[in-house]
Amino acid sequence: MSVLPYLVAGWIFLIGCYGLATSRNLIHAVGCLAVCQASTYVLLLAVGYRDGGTAPVFSDLRPGARPVVDPVVQALTLTDVVVGATVTALLLALVVQVGKRHGTVNPDELSELRG
Amino acid sequence: MTPAGTLAPAAATTLTPAATLPLIVATPLLGAAFLVAAGRRMPRRAAETAGTVFAAATAVLALSVLLRGTSGDVPGARAVEWLGGRHPHGGAGVGIVLVGDRIGVGLAAVTSLLVVAVLAYSWRYFDEPPHRQAGTFPALVLIFQAGMCGFALTGDLFNAFVFFELMGVVAYALTGYRVEEKRAVQGALTFGVVNSLGGYATLLGVGLLYGRTGELGFAQIGARLAAHPTGSSGGGPDFLVLTAFVLVLTGLLVKAAAVPFHFWLPDAHAVAPTPVCMLLSGVMVELGVYGTARVYWTIFAGPGGIPTADAHRLLLTLGTLTAVVGALMCWQQRHLKRLLAFSTVAHTGLFLVGLAVMTPEGTGGTALYVLAHAGVKAALFAAMGILLDRFRSVDEHELHGRGRELPLVGVVCAVGGLALAGLPPFGTGLGKAVTEEAAGGWQAALFVVVSAVTGGAVLRAVARVFLGLGVRPEAAGQAEARTDETSGKDEEPETAGPLSRIPDTMLAVPVVLLAGALAVGVVPGLHAAVGRAADAFLDRAGYTAAVLHTPPAASVPTPGPHWSAAGVALGLLSAALACLLARWAVRHTGPTRQTRWAAPVRRLHSGHIGDYVAFILAGMALVAALLLPSVH
Repeated sequence: MSVLPYLVAGWIFLIGCYGLATSRNLIHAVGCLAVCQASTYVLLLAVGYRDGGTAPVFSDLRPGARPVVDPVVQALTLTDVVVGATVTALLLALVVQVGKRHGTVNPDELSELRG
Repeated sequence: MTPAGTLAPAAATTLTPAATLPLIVATPLLGAAFLVAAGRRMPRRAAETAGTVFAAATAVLALSVLLRGTSGDVPGARAVEWLGGRHPHGGAGVGIVLVGDRIGVGLAAVTSLLVVAVLAYSWRYFDEPPHRQAGTFPALVLIFQAGMCGFALTGDLFNAFVFFELMGVVAYALTGYRVEEKRAVQGALTFGVVNSLGGYATLLGVGLLYGRTGELGFAQIGARLAAHPTGSSGGGPDFLVLTAFVLVLTGLLVKAAAVPFHFWLPDAHAVAPTPVCMLLSGVMVELGVYGTARVYWTIFAGPGGIPTADAHRLLLTLGTLTAVVGALMCWQQRHLKRLLAFSTVAHTGLFLVGLAVMTPEGTGGTALYVLAHAGVKAALFAAMGILLDRFRSVDEHELHGRGRELPLVGVVCAVGGLALAGLPPFGTGLGKAVTEEAAGGWQAALFVVVSAVTGGAVLRAVARVFLGLGVRPEAAGQAEARTDETSGKDEEPETAGPLSRIPDTMLAVPVVLLAGALAVGVVPGLHAAVGRAADAFLDRAGYTAAVLHTPPAASVPTPGPHWSAAGVALGLLSAALACLLARWAVRHTGPTRQTRWAAPVRRLHSGHIGDYVAFILAGMALVAALLLPSVH
């Protein structure tokens, strides 16, 4: 098993964090959070990958005939996608409200909560 | 209308404790679904009653499991329920397991009772319910309850992540519930981004652990790690297990608001509606501490995991840092809800130090401390909510002397401040005393000082607001606004307009909560139960045996927490110190004069999401560095 997918997952997570830390726009920041989450998809799918494996769908496949990739991590990834959609939708709704109330979506200009 | 409410007592007599566990999670979810479906056609009063009934039914279920013992007559044992009857076969399986030991079920019970208190408190709160939907607020609170109960009961790491995100998402929505408020939406957004990032780090860790062991259950992962200890000499973790531990811990520490993962907490707690603050500070943050301990003791405490000495170093360092920063920031605040939020940070630090003792005594003391702290902190937030709705302000300086007309609220705040400082016989005092005794040395001094500073900050506010002591801010001519702090002025009241009369429920709830915190300190039966609960919590072999149906090993019970002369003395010392601090502050510091040496720490709390994310990464590096010596 190649180590490359794990490095890619780590890189995606860190680049998402970099984007969050330097973001000048809250919509961009929520997008960066989604990038961070994408790293979890890559990692989970990499964990379940089997060399020469096929999709774990047994309608046209005799069990044991050939290796299949791990279906558990695919279920986890699907759950993760649902969680991500909820979080992103809610956060974008909050950004809309921040834009309305503060008149800006630049985090550098939000100064209500300090010290 | 409320089937669960009428069924609960009957169900409690026929269901086994194990079979009750899923109901503790399902009942509030059903209640929320009911309110969403029928709330449109219900008057406000009916929707709120239904919400309270569902929350109370959940509390009854959790308490019934606790009172009947979690599994028959075996002391300290656990109720185990494989959902849908999907038991593992021959050690392999994909079923999801709920495990109810005393600490887990106890937390679910505390959560449910606090939710009932919160719903009763908000009965007359929010005089303007959202248009068309009377059931929105109780429905959201019920989903929050389900997420927290599920997190306390789950025996599965991925499920823990799902419940973590469930309570997170509902908490963001509840924090930003008043969308017209500038501060509320900003605080909710910060809360959401920071907590979700932590959650994704946890999920990365879950993925790595699954890749290594092929398991997702706490007990199963722990058993696999122990069965194949990596490294030539066995014992410690290899690099992958360490990385997984750091990643899993990141999300939990963000939730627990350990420094430097804590920045979201004051921003969110200062702006959330007061009933929501009661839940956030009372139990949600503590669930992060619980998760940290649960994950460590069930997965990583065995061979192939993290050695006890390294975990001790990590928890002690983080806990001390958190307690000191929290107490320092708490003392500096003039925004009263923000002051309480930082006191929660400080106490979380003390809880982490208590867990770092790594013995049943330390854990039992911490459990009692958490239990009583939930009551005290929720009562204090409830009292601040009354101030906010009466005077449209939670600013210590602006409210100077104006609280005189609310003597009862002043008494609640003063008693709450003393309880926060650890005055015997409050449960906070007992929890603190037992944990101090278990930790010993300079850590005992840390407990005394930190609890005295947070209690003293509350008492200082009481002296200024309710007694009108000290210099009036206007008289001192220092009314100019500062840019580097959050004042509590010009807050919108959460009711339709400023209250002319305080509703009875809003006063009764904090009084009952304080009485609960007092009861935690004086009921001996509870202390014995907590002692057994702590034994079971740290018993990794017993947990694994209960989940995987292997014969359990016998364990030696530790005596439960009890009052000792030294503990009472230290509690009185803390309370006296808190009074002295408050007296000194009122006499000798002007209302807006700030301590200059604390300014750098204050500036770190910039309210900027980017800064907070950078601190999370720094915190992950710190945690990894502290654990690095354990790697082979």
